[in-house]
Amino acid sequence: MFAFIISRLLQALPVMLVVSFISFAMFAYVGDPVAIMLGQDFTEEQRQALIRQLGLDQPFFVQFGTFLGNAVQGNFGISYRLSRPVAELIVERAPATLELAFTAAFLALAVGVPMGVYTGLYRNSWLSKFFLTFSLIGVSLPTFLIGILLILVFAVWLGWLPSFGRGEVVNIAGWTSGFFTWGGLKALVLPAVTLGLFQLTLIMRLVRAEMLEVLRTDYIKFARARGLPNRAVHFGHALKNTLVPVITIAGLQLGAIIAFAIVTETVFQWPGMGLLFIQSVGAADIPVMAAYLMLIALVFVVINLVVDLLYYAVDPRLRIGKSGGH
Amino acid sequence: MMRRFFDSDIWWSFTRSWVTIISAIVAAICIFGAVLSPWIAPHNPFDLTSIDLMDAFKPPAFSEGGDARFPLGTDNQGRDVLSAIMYGAQVSLLVGFAATLFAVLLGVTLGLLAGYLGGTVDALLMRIADIQLTFPSILVALLIDGIVRAALPREMHDQIALYVVIFAIGISEWPKFARTVRGSTLVERNKEYVLAARVIGLGQGAIMLRHVLPNVLGPVLVIGTLNLALAILAEATLSFLGVGVPPTQPSLGTLIRFGNDYLFSGEWWITIFPGLALIIMVLSVNLLGDWLRDALNPKLR
Repeated sequence: MFAFIISRLLQALPVMLVVSFISFAMFAYVGDPVAIMLGQDFTEEQRQALIRQLGLDQPFFVQFGTFLGNAVQGNFGISYRLSRPVAELIVERAPATLELAFTAAFLALAVGVPMGVYTGLYRNSWLSKFFLTFSLIGVSLPTFLIGILLILVFAVWLGWLPSFGRGEVVNIAGWTSGFFTWGGLKALVLPAVTLGLFQLTLIMRLVRAEMLEVLRTDYIKFARARGLPNRAVHFGHALKNTLVPVITIAGLQLGAIIAFAIVTETVFQWPGMGLLFIQSVGAADIPVMAAYLMLIALVFVVINLVVDLLYYAVDPRLRIGKSGGH
Repeated sequence: MMRRFFDSDIWWSFTRSWVTIISAIVAAICIFGAVLSPWIAPHNPFDLTSIDLMDAFKPPAFSEGGDARFPLGTDNQGRDVLSAIMYGAQVSLLVGFAATLFAVLLGVTLGLLAGYLGGTVDALLMRIADIQLTFPSILVALLIDGIVRAALPREMHDQIALYVVIFAIGISEWPKFARTVRGSTLVERNKEYVLAARVIGLGQGAIMLRHVLPNVLGPVLVIGTLNLALAILAEATLSFLGVGVPPTQPSLGTLIRFGNDYLFSGEWWITIFPGLALIIMVLSVNLLGDWLRDALNPKLR
């Protein structure tokens, strides 16, 4: 187990190194950071001082090393656009994105898995057919259009839910949360549905396909022959064995959720990291882009690791397979 | 030649599926409407002399207060929404096709090289593909767009923005093609006809291009079609986010972005109709791709 984690970490290391190298290359060679930070009026002395201060007169690998050292300590420099430390900006925006992403992921799992089980068990019922048609729409609609349509119906025509911002937030030790106020929860509904809908339909289709597959196997027939109640067969035996692919996809989709949060946050003017990133792309604010890139890479690496560990927990065959005879 | 086509399995499976025939017709209408827009669109949204501010915010012709001259209504400057959609679809399709073509060329070349040469080239290329596939392609496209934006002065960027988008989307999609082609190349490389070609003394380049390449292109066609839909959506998403094609050449995504500002004042048609056009276009291409995948799969025949 321990050796497994170590080998996974060693595999993740090159990915992180490559990504930080790209980040560093962006930071050092795209545009002219000195010119951007100095603005219009400067003397040659000020320029030289800034170059020394940024370490741009050092050899390449020393610069990269300094960059890595700073990055590990969470120091990503100053945003060109907002003139504030990048780390501060990201920490400030992170709660909004994380709350949105996890609510969307929770929604996708909590609704998608039962829908998938239902459509797998009763595949000829009209409700299953309705779910499947609905999922086809979910797959072919782009995220931003789902958001716009939801805003049009629930915010403009019906006026039930707010269409932008986070509503009222509570500040708990620096973490702003919208979970504890009525307004905050209401503001969360439309963005979370928008972000989670695609993942919901994906998980539903996956669970359905896996259920259909598993229900045909011999051990299910055997379980039925033993006279086990339907509930035990469906959930104890069948559903449990569909979980490995569901965990893989759900884990990888959590990464996609964070990436597509950029789109959702733009539609709903949600003050998270995605909105910060897109504003930085528009303004060519390299330090923020570099930091965001490394952060996202870290998130993906961690997600992949957690997914691998969950395999171990869910599927005992993998444990035997690893330590045994191959 | 025609006779052979109409006798083929592909044509047979095409005529058997209503959904496919309808999607093909819809896709054809979209493409013709977009390509021929300068001639068949009712108005020219870029011709400032034909735009009248008095016509602004006219609802669609079928609803109350609509004007028969503007079937789908007008936007904030009095431009005909239908014409804007047709011109916009042209940009969307252009970027979609060009980006897919770029991804195919790059992916097929690198996949062929990796599969045929093997060794270090293979290991290096596939590691790059792996790392890139870890990230969603829209993120990669956004990042490339951001880097180019930072590297070039603003005026220059606006001029080449269209090519930047094509490049960014193309780069973000190549690993899919490279992986598929590499897989089929690994299989083909060990077949006897390749050995025969080597025996008669053909060079590696000639074997790869003339002998292996035609045999690995089947799956590329399917992924390419499905990828066209993805590329159109990626362009729309980038343009919606405001980092795609320049505002002077609005695509469907740009139109949706502009229209979004008027959603709250009740002028829903400015944003919803371009959105519908996008969905119809993407859905028909997707359904065609699904059909092509099944038709080319010998197991399902």
